[in-house]
Amino acid sequence: MATTTINGQEVTVDDEGFMTNYDQWNEEIGKSLAAAIGVDMTDEHWKVIHFLRDDFKAQGVTPTIRRVSTAGGVDTKRLFTLFPKKPAKKMAYIAGLPKPAGCV
Amino acid sequence: MTDTVPAEMIVPSFDDDVETDRTLAIICSKGSLDMAYPGLILGNAALGEGVGVHLFFTFWGFDMITKGRMEHLVFSPVGNPATHIPAALAPLPGLAKMATSQMQKAMDALEIPPVPEFLELVKASGAKIWACRLSADMNHLTMDDLWDGVDGIINASDFIEMTDGAQLLFI
Repeated sequence: MATTTINGQEVTVDDEGFMTNYDQWNEEIGKSLAAAIGVDMTDEHWKVIHFLRDDFKAQGVTPTIRRVSTAGGVDTKRLFTLFPKKPAKKMAYIAGLPKPAGCV
Repeated sequence: MTDTVPAEMIVPSFDDDVETDRTLAIICSKGSLDMAYPGLILGNAALGEGVGVHLFFTFWGFDMITKGRMEHLVFSPVGNPATHIPAALAPLPGLAKMATSQMQKAMDALEIPPVPEFLELVKASGAKIWACRLSADMNHLTMDDLWDGVDGIINASDFIEMTDGAQLLFI
């Protein structure tokens, strides 16, 4: 557990850099997080990130890729294009949420 | 990118700059419901980590990609002492059906998709799906009999060639 500064705001993160406090996130922070890992945010990206945030709030856990696809309505293939290589982890990082724990 | 990241930020490495051609090849040789999942789950996990995945279906595993069979895989306790069902009871009529239904319910409760849907998921995530030439010949099956997500019917030599340098898993 550590604190780091993003956009001049103090943010708590775990050892890997994932945010641990849901309420500390805002879109500006999300933008900085995305920039830090080389993701260019478009409206499509934001739609996914907002789904993740809403779903986490409702379910208490970060949705898996499958859930983003079935409940969030974004095609799996598209997710791999928007967030290449490690989509689940990248989405969680940008959304200020923990890595998804589920297997599928 | 790195010079615009504030020094205080802790950024995980997502291996974007690492040119990884790490590949995992999974041979699915079983046709029972319980043995259909390990390959799919690990394959899916690998894809989610940016690892290339080849799924190779052979022998009984062929049932997992054959139309009409893939939706009806069965889990039977027969010959499976790990289920702790007495051997004499395992072959009783109706037991396999019950065990299958129980297993599917357990999977549904954890939001693990049924096999056909799971295959769609791994395919959409980038897995290559291969059917074994010998198994196809033995069962007189062609691409028409197989799930349309199958990329092709290949023989053992093709498989060995395409998995050069890959990690291999036999299920």
